[in-house]
Amino acid sequence: MEKFFSYLEYPIVRYALIVGILISLCASLLGVTLVLKRFSFIGDGLSHVAFGAMAIASVLNLTDKMYLVLPLTVVCAVLILWTGQNAKIKGDAAIAMISVSALALGYLLMNVFGTSANLAGDVCSTLFGSTSIITLKLSEVMLCIVISVIVIVVFILFYNKLFSVTFDENFAKASGTNSQGYNLLIAIIIAVIIVLGMNLVGSLLISALVIFPALSAMRLFKSFRRVTVFSAIFAVTCAFLGIAVSIIAGTPVGSTIVAADIAGFLICCLAGHFYAG
Amino acid sequence: MSYIEAKNLSVGYDGEVVGKDISFTVNKGDYLCIIGDNGSGKTTLMKTILGLKKPLSGEIIMGDGLKKNEIGYLPQQTVIQKDFPASVKEIVLSGCLSKCGMRPFYKKEEKALALENMKRMGIEALQDKCYRELSGGQQQRVLLARALCATEKLLLLDEPVSGLDPNVTAEMYKLIEQLNKDGVTIIMISHDIESAVKYASHILHIGENIFFAEKAQYVEKMNINLN
Ligand SMILES: Nc1ncnc2c1ncn2[C@@H]1O[C@H](COP(=O)(O)OP(=O)(O)OP(=O)(O)O)[C@@H](O)[C@H]1O
Ligand SMILES: [Mg+2]
Repeated sequence: MEKFFSYLEYPIVRYALIVGILISLCASLLGVTLVLKRFSFIGDGLSHVAFGAMAIASVLNLTDKMYLVLPLTVVCAVLILWTGQNAKIKGDAAIAMISVSALALGYLLMNVFGTSANLAGDVCSTLFGSTSIITLKLSEVMLCIVISVIVIVVFILFYNKLFSVTFDENFAKASGTNSQGYNLLIAIIIAVIIVLGMNLVGSLLISALVIFPALSAMRLFKSFRRVTVFSAIFAVTCAFLGIAVSIIAGTPVGSTIVAADIAGFLICCLAGHFYAG
Repeated sequence: MSYIEAKNLSVGYDGEVVGKDISFTVNKGDYLCIIGDNGSGKTTLMKTILGLKKPLSGEIIMGDGLKKNEIGYLPQQTVIQKDFPASVKEIVLSGCLSKCGMRPFYKKEEKALALENMKRMGIEALQDKCYRELSGGQQQRVLLARALCATEKLLLLDEPVSGLDPNVTAEMYKLIEQLNKDGVTIIMISHDIESAVKYASHILHIGENIFFAEKAQYVEKMNINLN
Protein backbone atom coordinates (compact mmCIF):
# COMPACT_ATOMS: atom_id res chain seq x y z
CA MET A 1 0.00 0.00 0.00
CA GLU A 2 2.80 2.38 0.88
CA LYS A 3 4.36 1.64 -2.44
CA PHE A 4 1.13 2.70 -4.10
CA PHE A 5 1.03 6.01 -2.27
CA SER A 6 4.58 6.78 -3.22
CA TYR A 7 3.60 6.16 -6.85
CA LEU A 8 0.85 8.73 -6.52
CA GLU A 9 3.48 11.44 -6.58
CA TYR A 10 3.98 10.87 -10.29
CA PRO A 11 1.56 12.82 -12.49
CA ILE A 12 1.36 9.86 -14.89
CA VAL A 13 -0.06 7.67 -12.18
CA ARG A 14 -2.56 10.32 -11.12
CA TYR A 15 -3.63 10.87 -14.72
CA ALA A 16 -4.11 7.17 -15.26
CA LEU A 17 -6.24 6.91 -12.12
CA ILE A 18 -8.42 9.88 -13.01
CA VAL A 19 -8.96 8.76 -16.58
CA GLY A 20 -9.52 5.13 -15.66
CA ILE A 21 -12.08 5.92 -12.99
CA LEU A 22 -13.96 8.43 -15.15
CA ILE A 23 -14.18 6.12 -18.14
CA SER A 24 -15.36 3.21 -16.00
CA LEU A 25 -17.96 5.42 -14.38
CA CYS A 26 -19.34 6.63 -17.71
CA ALA A 27 -19.43 3.13 -19.14
CA SER A 28 -21.29 1.80 -16.11
CA LEU A 29 -23.97 4.51 -16.19
CA LEU A 30 -25.06 3.60 -19.67
CA GLY A 31 -24.48 -0.09 -18.98
CA VAL A 32 -27.75 -0.55 -17.12
CA THR A 33 -29.75 0.75 -20.06
CA LEU A 34 -27.69 -1.20 -22.57
CA VAL A 35 -28.00 -4.50 -20.78
CA LEU A 36 -31.72 -4.08 -20.20
CA LYS A 37 -32.43 -2.98 -23.73
CA ARG A 38 -30.42 -5.92 -25.03
CA PHE A 39 -28.15 -3.39 -26.65
CA SER A 40 -24.92 -4.74 -25.22
CA PHE A 41 -24.12 -6.41 -28.52
CA ILE A 42 -23.99 -2.95 -30.08
CA GLY A 43 -21.21 -2.03 -27.71
CA ASP A 44 -19.33 -5.13 -28.71
CA GLY A 45 -19.75 -4.46 -32.42
CA LEU A 46 -18.75 -0.84 -32.03
CA SER A 47 -15.54 -1.66 -30.26
CA HIS A 48 -14.45 -3.66 -33.30
CA VAL A 49 -15.39 -0.76 -35.53
CA ALA A 50 -13.29 1.50 -33.36
CA PHE A 51 -10.37 -0.87 -33.85
CA GLY A 52 -10.77 -0.65 -37.62
CA ALA A 53 -10.93 3.13 -37.42
CA MET A 54 -7.83 3.15 -35.26
CA ALA A 55 -6.02 1.09 -37.88
CA ILE A 56 -6.96 3.54 -40.60
CA ALA A 57 -5.81 6.41 -38.43
CA SER A 58 -2.44 4.85 -37.74
CA VAL A 59 -1.91 3.96 -41.39
CA LEU A 60 -2.65 7.57 -42.30
CA ASN A 61 -0.13 8.52 -39.63
CA LEU A 62 -2.50 10.94 -37.97
CA THR A 63 -1.07 12.59 -34.91
CA ASP A 64 -4.42 12.91 -33.23
CA LYS A 65 -6.19 9.67 -34.05
CA MET A 66 -9.20 10.65 -31.96
CA TYR A 67 -10.47 13.05 -34.62
CA LEU A 68 -10.94 10.22 -37.09
CA VAL A 69 -11.86 7.40 -34.74
CA LEU A 70 -14.54 9.25 -32.82
CA PRO A 71 -16.70 10.47 -35.74
CA LEU A 72 -16.35 7.16 -37.59
CA THR A 73 -17.49 5.18 -34.57
CA VAL A 74 -20.41 7.51 -33.93
CA VAL A 75 -21.55 7.15 -37.54
CA CYS A 76 -21.37 3.36 -37.25
CA ALA A 77 -23.33 3.47 -33.99
CA VAL A 78 -26.12 5.31 -35.74
CA LEU A 79 -26.01 2.90 -38.69
CA ILE A 80 -26.14 -0.15 -36.45
CA LEU A 81 -29.08 1.28 -34.55
CA TRP A 82 -30.99 1.90 -37.77
CA THR A 83 -30.36 -1.49 -39.31
CA GLY A 84 -31.17 -3.13 -35.99
CA GLN A 85 -34.61 -1.55 -36.04
CA ASN A 86 -35.28 -2.39 -39.63
CA ALA A 87 -37.14 -5.66 -39.36
CA LYS A 88 -36.09 -6.76 -42.81
CA ILE A 89 -32.40 -6.99 -42.05
CA LYS A 90 -31.40 -9.22 -39.19
CA GLY A 91 -29.91 -6.75 -36.77
CA ASP A 92 -27.47 -9.00 -34.98
CA ALA A 93 -26.22 -10.55 -38.21
CA ALA A 94 -25.62 -7.09 -39.65
CA ILE A 95 -23.65 -6.07 -36.59
CA ALA A 96 -21.60 -9.25 -36.66
CA MET A 97 -20.82 -8.57 -40.30
CA ILE A 98 -19.77 -4.97 -39.72
CA SER A 99 -17.68 -5.77 -36.68
CA VAL A 100 -15.81 -8.73 -38.10
CA SER A 101 -15.12 -6.82 -41.30
CA ALA A 102 -13.75 -3.89 -39.34
CA LEU A 103 -11.53 -6.19 -37.32
CA ALA A 104 -10.16 -8.08 -40.33
CA LEU A 105 -9.70 -5.08 -42.60
CA GLY A 106 -8.18 -3.08 -39.78
CA TYR A 107 -5.53 -5.70 -39.16
CA LEU A 108 -4.95 -6.12 -42.89
CA LEU A 109 -4.44 -2.39 -43.35
CA MET A 110 -2.01 -2.17 -40.48
CA ASN A 111 -0.12 -5.15 -41.77
CA VAL A 112 0.18 -4.02 -45.38
CA PHE A 113 0.58 -0.27 -45.04
CA GLY A 114 1.74 0.04 -41.48
CA THR A 115 5.01 1.84 -40.90
CA SER A 116 5.47 0.85 -37.30
CA ALA A 117 8.35 -1.42 -36.40
CA ASN A 118 6.41 -3.15 -33.69
CA LEU A 119 3.21 -4.19 -35.44
CA ALA A 120 2.25 -7.02 -33.13
CA GLY A 121 2.75 -4.74 -30.14
CA ASP A 122 0.59 -2.01 -31.66
CA VAL A 123 -2.22 -4.38 -32.54
CA CYS A 124 -2.08 -6.01 -29.16
CA SER A 125 -2.29 -2.73 -27.28
CA THR A 126 -5.19 -1.54 -29.43
CA LEU A 127 -7.06 -4.75 -28.71
CA PHE A 128 -6.15 -5.27 -25.07
CA GLY A 129 -4.99 -1.87 -23.88
CA SER A 130 -1.46 -0.83 -23.08
CA THR A 131 0.74 -3.41 -21.43
CA SER A 132 2.07 -1.09 -18.75
CA ILE A 133 0.64 2.05 -17.27
CA ILE A 134 -0.95 4.30 -19.84
CA THR A 135 1.07 7.37 -20.61
CA LEU A 136 -1.27 10.27 -21.17
CA LYS A 137 -0.57 13.86 -22.01
CA LEU A 138 -2.26 16.53 -19.94
CA SER A 139 -4.32 17.55 -22.99
CA GLU A 140 -5.63 13.99 -23.36
CA VAL A 141 -6.55 13.91 -19.70
CA MET A 142 -8.40 17.20 -20.06
CA LEU A 143 -10.30 15.94 -23.11
CA CYS A 144 -11.28 12.82 -21.23
CA ILE A 145 -12.47 14.83 -18.22
CA VAL A 146 -14.54 17.16 -20.39
CA ILE A 147 -16.20 14.32 -22.30
CA SER A 148 -16.86 12.36 -19.12
CA VAL A 149 -18.47 15.32 -17.43
CA ILE A 150 -20.69 15.84 -20.49
CA VAL A 151 -21.72 12.18 -20.45
CA ILE A 152 -22.51 12.27 -16.73
CA VAL A 153 -24.50 15.50 -16.98
CA VAL A 154 -26.48 14.24 -19.98
CA PHE A 155 -27.18 11.00 -18.15
CA ILE A 156 -28.49 12.80 -15.05
CA LEU A 157 -30.61 15.22 -17.07
CA PHE A 158 -32.19 12.43 -19.10
CA TYR A 159 -32.30 9.82 -16.36
CA ASN A 160 -36.10 9.72 -16.09
CA LYS A 161 -36.58 9.61 -19.83
CA LEU A 162 -33.99 6.91 -20.26
CA PHE A 163 -35.78 4.86 -17.63
CA SER A 164 -39.10 5.20 -19.40
CA VAL A 165 -37.70 4.41 -22.83
CA THR A 166 -35.80 1.44 -21.43
CA PHE A 167 -38.69 0.03 -19.44
CA ASP A 168 -41.44 0.29 -22.00
CA GLU A 169 -40.64 1.94 -25.28
CA ASN A 170 -44.19 1.69 -26.63
CA PHE A 171 -45.68 3.43 -23.66
CA ALA A 172 -43.06 6.14 -23.82
CA LYS A 173 -43.80 6.64 -27.50
CA ALA A 174 -47.54 6.65 -26.95
CA SER A 175 -47.25 9.36 -24.33
CA GLY A 176 -45.31 11.55 -26.68
CA THR A 177 -41.68 10.81 -25.80
CA ASN A 178 -39.36 10.85 -28.75
CA SER A 179 -37.98 7.37 -28.13
CA GLN A 180 -36.12 7.28 -31.43
CA GLY A 181 -34.25 10.38 -30.38
CA TYR A 182 -33.25 8.81 -27.08
CA ASN A 183 -32.09 5.62 -28.78
CA LEU A 184 -29.91 7.80 -30.96
CA LEU A 185 -28.59 9.63 -27.92
CA ILE A 186 -27.77 6.31 -26.26
CA ALA A 187 -25.96 5.04 -29.36
CA ILE A 188 -23.88 8.19 -29.68
CA ILE A 189 -22.89 8.15 -26.02
CA ILE A 190 -21.83 4.51 -26.21
CA ALA A 191 -19.70 5.26 -29.24
CA VAL A 192 -18.00 8.09 -27.39
CA ILE A 193 -17.39 5.95 -24.32
CA ILE A 194 -15.98 3.11 -26.37
CA VAL A 195 -13.52 5.34 -28.14
CA LEU A 196 -12.44 6.85 -24.83
CA GLY A 197 -12.17 3.47 -23.20
CA MET A 198 -10.07 1.99 -25.97
CA ASN A 199 -6.99 3.77 -24.68
CA LEU A 200 -7.56 2.34 -21.27
CA VAL A 201 -8.58 -1.28 -21.67
CA GLY A 202 -8.39 -1.81 -25.42
CA SER A 203 -11.22 -2.44 -27.82
CA LEU A 204 -11.85 -6.08 -26.97
CA LEU A 205 -12.24 -5.46 -23.28
CA ILE A 206 -14.30 -2.26 -23.24
CA SER A 207 -17.59 -4.19 -23.22
CA ALA A 208 -16.60 -5.56 -19.84
CA LEU A 209 -16.69 -2.05 -18.38
CA VAL A 210 -20.22 -1.67 -19.75
CA ILE A 211 -21.81 -4.94 -18.70
CA PHE A 212 -20.15 -6.10 -15.49
CA PRO A 213 -21.25 -3.24 -13.21
CA ALA A 214 -24.85 -3.46 -14.45
CA LEU A 215 -25.06 -7.24 -14.16
CA SER A 216 -23.50 -7.18 -10.71
CA ALA A 217 -25.88 -4.50 -9.46
CA MET A 218 -28.86 -6.40 -10.84
CA ARG A 219 -27.90 -9.36 -8.69
CA LEU A 220 -28.40 -7.29 -5.57
CA PHE A 221 -30.91 -4.55 -6.21
CA LYS A 222 -34.37 -4.36 -7.68
CA SER A 223 -35.08 -0.74 -8.34
CA PHE A 224 -33.67 1.11 -11.32
CA ARG A 225 -32.22 3.91 -9.22
CA ARG A 226 -30.42 1.61 -6.81
CA VAL A 227 -29.07 -0.49 -9.64
CA THR A 228 -27.76 2.62 -11.36
CA VAL A 229 -26.16 4.03 -8.22
CA PHE A 230 -24.63 0.72 -7.21
CA SER A 231 -23.20 0.02 -10.65
CA ALA A 232 -21.54 3.43 -10.60
CA ILE A 233 -19.97 2.66 -7.21
CA PHE A 234 -19.00 -0.80 -8.39
CA ALA A 235 -17.34 0.56 -11.51
CA VAL A 236 -15.36 3.20 -9.66
CA THR A 237 -14.18 0.72 -7.02
CA CYS A 238 -13.11 -1.88 -9.54
CA ALA A 239 -11.33 0.66 -11.71
CA PHE A 240 -9.44 2.00 -8.72
CA LEU A 241 -8.45 -1.46 -7.47
CA GLY A 242 -7.55 -2.66 -10.95
CA ILE A 243 -5.32 0.31 -11.69
CA ALA A 244 -3.70 0.16 -8.25
CA VAL A 245 -2.90 -3.52 -8.63
CA SER A 246 -1.62 -3.05 -12.15
CA ILE A 247 0.75 -0.33 -10.96
CA ILE A 248 2.04 -2.30 -8.01
CA ALA A 249 2.27 -5.65 -9.72
CA GLY A 250 3.17 -4.35 -13.16
CA THR A 251 0.31 -6.15 -14.87
CA PRO A 252 -1.50 -4.82 -17.98
CA VAL A 253 -4.04 -2.17 -16.94
CA GLY A 254 -6.99 -3.28 -19.05
CA SER A 255 -7.06 -6.91 -18.14
CA THR A 256 -6.40 -6.15 -14.48
CA ILE A 257 -9.42 -3.85 -14.32
CA VAL A 258 -11.55 -6.47 -16.04
CA ALA A 259 -10.26 -9.10 -13.63
CA ALA A 260 -11.35 -6.84 -10.76
CA ASP A 261 -14.77 -6.55 -12.43
CA ILE A 262 -15.06 -10.32 -12.71
CA ALA A 263 -14.12 -10.76 -9.06
CA GLY A 264 -16.66 -8.11 -8.08
CA PHE A 265 -19.33 -9.81 -10.13
CA LEU A 266 -18.69 -13.15 -8.43
CA ILE A 267 -18.88 -11.51 -5.02
CA CYS A 268 -22.19 -9.88 -5.96
CA CYS A 269 -23.53 -13.23 -7.19
CA LEU A 270 -22.66 -14.80 -3.87
CA ALA A 271 -24.07 -11.90 -1.90
CA GLY A 272 -27.23 -12.03 -4.00
CA HIS A 273 -27.88 -15.54 -2.73
CA PHE A 274 -27.91 -14.44 0.86
CA TYR A 275 -29.29 -10.96 0.64
CA ALA A 276 -31.80 -9.36 -1.65
CA GLY A 277 -32.83 -5.76 -1.14
CA MET B 1 -66.43 17.68 -31.90
CA SER B 2 -65.51 14.26 -30.54
CA TYR B 3 -62.26 13.10 -28.94
CA ILE B 4 -61.53 10.63 -31.70
CA GLU B 5 -63.14 10.18 -35.05
CA ALA B 6 -61.93 7.40 -37.32
CA LYS B 7 -63.02 7.51 -40.94
CA ASN B 8 -62.72 4.49 -43.25
CA LEU B 9 -59.58 3.45 -41.47
CA SER B 10 -57.41 0.62 -42.81
CA VAL B 11 -54.81 -0.79 -40.47
CA GLY B 12 -52.11 -3.41 -40.96
CA TYR B 13 -48.42 -4.09 -41.33
CA ASP B 14 -46.17 -3.35 -44.29
CA GLY B 15 -49.07 -2.82 -46.66
CA GLU B 16 -50.79 -5.99 -45.53
CA VAL B 17 -54.29 -5.03 -44.49
CA VAL B 18 -55.50 -6.50 -41.22
CA GLY B 19 -58.70 -4.50 -40.83
CA LYS B 20 -60.34 -2.13 -43.26
CA ASP B 21 -63.27 0.29 -43.44
CA ILE B 22 -63.24 0.89 -39.73
CA SER B 23 -65.22 3.98 -38.76
CA PHE B 24 -66.21 5.02 -35.29
CA THR B 25 -66.33 8.00 -32.98
CA VAL B 26 -65.45 8.35 -29.34
CA ASN B 27 -66.89 11.21 -27.35
CA LYS B 28 -65.90 12.51 -23.97
CA GLY B 29 -67.14 10.17 -21.25
CA ASP B 30 -67.71 7.20 -23.56
CA TYR B 31 -66.77 3.64 -22.70
CA LEU B 32 -65.99 1.87 -25.94
CA CYS B 33 -65.36 -1.85 -26.06
CA ILE B 34 -63.55 -3.27 -29.05
CA ILE B 35 -64.30 -6.93 -29.57
CA GLY B 36 -63.31 -9.43 -32.23
CA ASP B 37 -61.55 -12.73 -32.75
CA ASN B 38 -57.86 -13.36 -32.11
CA GLY B 39 -55.84 -11.83 -34.90
CA SER B 40 -58.67 -9.65 -36.16
CA GLY B 41 -56.53 -6.55 -35.69
CA LYS B 42 -57.67 -5.07 -32.39
CA THR B 43 -54.20 -4.41 -31.06
CA THR B 44 -53.14 -3.10 -34.44
CA LEU B 45 -56.07 -0.68 -34.42
CA MET B 46 -55.16 0.50 -30.95
CA LYS B 47 -51.55 1.09 -31.93
CA THR B 48 -52.79 3.09 -34.88
CA ILE B 49 -54.97 5.23 -32.62
CA LEU B 50 -51.96 5.81 -30.39
CA GLY B 51 -49.87 6.89 -33.35
CA LEU B 52 -47.38 4.06 -32.84
CA LYS B 53 -48.01 3.13 -36.46
CA LYS B 54 -49.49 4.92 -39.41
CA PRO B 55 -52.90 4.03 -40.85
CA LEU B 56 -52.69 2.38 -44.28
CA SER B 57 -55.52 4.60 -45.42
CA GLY B 58 -58.31 6.66 -43.95
CA GLU B 59 -57.80 9.07 -41.12
CA ILE B 60 -58.04 9.61 -37.41
CA ILE B 61 -59.13 13.03 -36.29
CA MET B 62 -58.57 14.11 -32.73
CA GLY B 63 -60.64 16.92 -31.32
CA ASP B 64 -62.37 18.36 -28.29
CA GLY B 65 -59.09 19.57 -26.89
CA LEU B 66 -57.48 16.13 -26.81
CA LYS B 67 -53.77 16.32 -27.40
CA LYS B 68 -51.64 13.46 -28.67
CA ASN B 69 -49.79 13.12 -25.41
CA GLU B 70 -52.96 13.01 -23.33
CA ILE B 71 -53.67 9.37 -23.98
CA GLY B 72 -52.89 6.76 -21.36
CA TYR B 73 -52.07 3.29 -22.60
CA LEU B 74 -52.13 -0.16 -21.04
CA PRO B 75 -50.39 -2.54 -23.44
CA GLN B 76 -51.63 -6.08 -24.04
CA GLN B 77 -48.28 -7.61 -23.31
CA THR B 78 -45.57 -5.50 -21.91
CA VAL B 79 -42.49 -7.29 -23.04
CA ILE B 80 -40.65 -6.31 -19.94
CA GLN B 81 -37.51 -8.29 -19.56
CA LYS B 82 -37.66 -10.88 -16.86
CA ASP B 83 -34.84 -9.36 -14.88
CA PHE B 84 -35.74 -5.69 -15.19
CA PRO B 85 -35.09 -3.92 -11.90
CA ALA B 86 -37.83 -1.36 -11.38
CA SER B 87 -39.88 -0.48 -8.35
CA VAL B 88 -43.62 0.12 -8.54
CA LYS B 89 -43.09 3.77 -7.66
CA GLU B 90 -40.60 4.30 -10.46
CA ILE B 91 -42.94 2.78 -13.00
CA VAL B 92 -46.04 4.71 -11.93
CA LEU B 93 -44.05 7.93 -11.84
CA SER B 94 -42.81 7.33 -15.37
CA GLY B 95 -46.40 7.90 -16.49
CA CYS B 96 -45.94 11.57 -15.64
CA LEU B 97 -43.18 11.91 -18.19
CA SER B 98 -45.42 13.38 -20.86
CA LYS B 99 -46.14 16.27 -18.49
CA CYS B 100 -42.44 17.03 -18.16
CA GLY B 101 -41.63 18.12 -21.69
CA MET B 102 -37.95 19.04 -21.65
CA ARG B 103 -37.85 19.40 -17.87
CA PRO B 104 -35.44 16.77 -16.55
CA PHE B 105 -36.97 15.99 -13.16
CA TYR B 106 -40.42 15.38 -11.73
CA LYS B 107 -42.18 18.13 -9.80
CA LYS B 108 -43.71 17.70 -6.37
CA GLU B 109 -47.22 17.70 -7.86
CA GLU B 110 -46.28 14.89 -10.19
CA LYS B 111 -44.95 12.79 -7.36
CA ALA B 112 -48.15 13.51 -5.45
CA LEU B 113 -50.19 12.51 -8.48
CA ALA B 114 -48.31 9.22 -8.73
CA LEU B 115 -49.01 8.53 -5.05
CA GLU B 116 -52.67 9.38 -5.47
CA ASN B 117 -53.03 7.05 -8.41
CA MET B 118 -51.31 4.26 -6.52
CA LYS B 119 -53.83 4.78 -3.73
CA ARG B 120 -56.66 4.74 -6.23
CA MET B 121 -55.48 1.40 -7.58
CA GLY B 122 -54.87 0.05 -4.08
CA ILE B 123 -51.17 -0.59 -4.63
CA GLU B 124 -49.86 2.03 -2.25
CA ALA B 125 -48.38 -0.59 0.04
CA LEU B 126 -46.46 -2.12 -2.85
CA GLN B 127 -44.72 1.06 -3.94
CA ASP B 128 -41.21 -0.04 -3.07
CA LYS B 129 -41.68 -3.58 -4.31
CA CYS B 130 -40.02 -4.84 -7.43
CA TYR B 131 -42.41 -4.94 -10.38
CA ARG B 132 -41.37 -8.36 -11.60
CA GLU B 133 -42.15 -9.92 -8.24
CA LEU B 134 -45.81 -8.89 -8.31
CA SER B 135 -48.72 -11.07 -9.33
CA GLY B 136 -50.35 -10.56 -12.71
CA GLY B 137 -53.26 -8.63 -11.23
CA GLN B 138 -50.98 -6.37 -9.22
CA GLN B 139 -48.87 -5.72 -12.31
CA GLN B 140 -51.96 -4.68 -14.26
CA ARG B 141 -52.87 -2.22 -11.50
CA VAL B 142 -49.40 -0.75 -11.60
CA LEU B 143 -49.63 -0.23 -15.34
CA LEU B 144 -53.12 1.23 -14.98
CA ALA B 145 -51.86 3.67 -12.35
CA ARG B 146 -49.07 4.63 -14.73
CA ALA B 147 -51.57 5.22 -17.54
CA LEU B 148 -53.64 7.39 -15.19
CA CYS B 149 -50.60 9.52 -14.44
CA ALA B 150 -50.30 10.23 -18.13
CA THR B 151 -53.87 11.49 -18.48
CA GLU B 152 -57.26 11.94 -16.93
CA LYS B 153 -58.90 12.20 -20.33
CA LEU B 154 -58.60 9.02 -22.35
CA LEU B 155 -57.36 5.55 -21.49
CA LEU B 156 -56.67 2.84 -24.05
CA LEU B 157 -56.67 -0.58 -22.43
CA ASP B 158 -55.63 -3.65 -24.39
CA GLU B 159 -57.17 -6.70 -22.71
CA PRO B 160 -56.66 -5.45 -19.17
CA VAL B 161 -58.12 -8.60 -17.62
CA SER B 162 -56.37 -11.29 -19.62
CA GLY B 163 -54.77 -13.81 -17.34
CA LEU B 164 -56.54 -12.59 -14.21
CA ASP B 165 -58.71 -14.84 -12.05
CA PRO B 166 -62.47 -14.18 -11.89
CA ASN B 167 -62.32 -12.24 -8.63
CA VAL B 168 -59.51 -9.98 -9.71
CA THR B 169 -61.18 -9.59 -13.10
CA ALA B 170 -64.34 -8.38 -11.45
CA GLU B 171 -62.33 -5.95 -9.32
CA MET B 172 -60.53 -4.68 -12.39
CA TYR B 173 -63.83 -4.06 -14.17
CA LYS B 174 -65.08 -2.20 -11.09
CA LEU B 175 -61.97 -0.02 -11.07
CA ILE B 176 -62.37 0.80 -14.74
CA GLU B 177 -66.07 1.49 -14.29
CA GLN B 178 -65.27 3.85 -11.43
CA LEU B 179 -62.69 5.66 -13.55
CA ASN B 180 -65.28 6.05 -16.30
CA LYS B 181 -67.74 7.50 -13.79
CA ASP B 182 -65.05 9.92 -12.68
CA GLY B 183 -65.03 11.23 -16.24
CA VAL B 184 -62.22 9.23 -17.84
CA THR B 185 -63.03 8.15 -21.37
CA ILE B 186 -62.25 4.49 -21.92
CA ILE B 187 -61.42 2.46 -25.00
CA MET B 188 -60.95 -1.16 -24.04
CA ILE B 189 -60.20 -4.29 -25.99
CA SER B 190 -61.91 -7.32 -24.55
CA HIS B 191 -62.82 -10.90 -25.37
CA ASP B 192 -65.44 -10.98 -22.70
CA ILE B 193 -68.60 -9.97 -24.55
CA GLU B 194 -70.76 -10.37 -21.48
CA SER B 195 -68.86 -7.78 -19.47
CA ALA B 196 -68.45 -5.62 -22.54
CA VAL B 197 -72.20 -5.46 -22.83
CA LYS B 198 -72.53 -4.90 -19.11
CA TYR B 199 -70.14 -1.97 -18.76
CA ALA B 200 -69.61 -0.35 -22.14
CA SER B 201 -71.58 2.45 -23.68
CA HIS B 202 -70.47 1.62 -27.23
CA ILE B 203 -69.29 -1.51 -28.96
CA LEU B 204 -66.97 -1.83 -31.94
CA HIS B 205 -66.82 -5.29 -33.43
CA ILE B 206 -64.01 -5.85 -35.89
CA GLY B 207 -63.23 -8.81 -38.10
CA GLU B 208 -65.21 -10.15 -41.06
CA ASN B 209 -68.03 -7.71 -40.52
CA ILE B 210 -67.30 -4.43 -38.87
CA PHE B 211 -69.96 -3.05 -36.65
CA PHE B 212 -69.97 0.06 -34.53
CA ALA B 213 -72.98 1.01 -32.44
CA GLU B 214 -74.28 2.01 -29.09
CA LYS B 215 -74.68 -0.85 -26.72
CA ALA B 216 -78.47 -1.05 -27.02
CA GLN B 217 -78.30 -1.39 -30.78
CA TYR B 218 -75.60 -4.00 -30.51
CA VAL B 219 -77.62 -6.11 -28.11
CA GLU B 220 -80.60 -5.84 -30.40
CA LYS B 221 -78.58 -6.91 -33.39
CA MET B 222 -77.02 -9.83 -31.58
CA ASN B 223 -80.45 -11.03 -30.52
CA ILE B 224 -81.64 -10.90 -34.08
CA ASN B 225 -78.59 -12.88 -35.08
CA LEU B 226 -79.24 -15.42 -32.40
CA ASN B 227 -82.84 -16.06 -33.39
N1 LIG C 1 -45.51 -6.75 -35.85
C1 LIG C 1 -46.29 -7.36 -36.77
N2 LIG C 1 -45.88 -7.48 -38.06
C2 LIG C 1 -46.66 -8.06 -39.00
N3 LIG C 1 -47.87 -8.59 -38.76
C3 LIG C 1 -48.35 -8.51 -37.50
C4 LIG C 1 -47.58 -7.88 -36.44
N4 LIG C 1 -48.31 -7.96 -35.30
C5 LIG C 1 -49.46 -8.59 -35.63
N5 LIG C 1 -49.50 -8.92 -36.94
C6 LIG C 1 -50.59 -9.57 -37.64
O1 LIG C 1 -51.71 -8.71 -37.67
C7 LIG C 1 -52.90 -9.42 -37.39
C8 LIG C 1 -53.66 -8.74 -36.28
O2 LIG C 1 -52.92 -8.76 -35.09
P1 LIG C 1 -53.44 -8.08 -33.76
O3 LIG C 1 -52.37 -8.21 -32.75
O4 LIG C 1 -53.90 -6.71 -34.07
O5 LIG C 1 -54.69 -9.00 -33.37
P2 LIG C 1 -55.64 -8.90 -32.10
O6 LIG C 1 -57.00 -8.64 -32.62
O7 LIG C 1 -55.11 -7.92 -31.12
O8 LIG C 1 -55.55 -10.37 -31.54
P3 LIG C 1 -55.59 -10.89 -30.03
O9 LIG C 1 -57.02 -11.01 -29.66
O10 LIG C 1 -54.93 -12.22 -30.09
O11 LIG C 1 -54.85 -9.92 -29.18
C9 LIG C 1 -52.51 -10.86 -37.09
O12 LIG C 1 -52.83 -11.65 -38.19
C10 LIG C 1 -51.03 -10.81 -36.89
O13 LIG C 1 -50.44 -11.96 -37.42
MG1 LIG D 1 -54.33 -8.00 -29.22
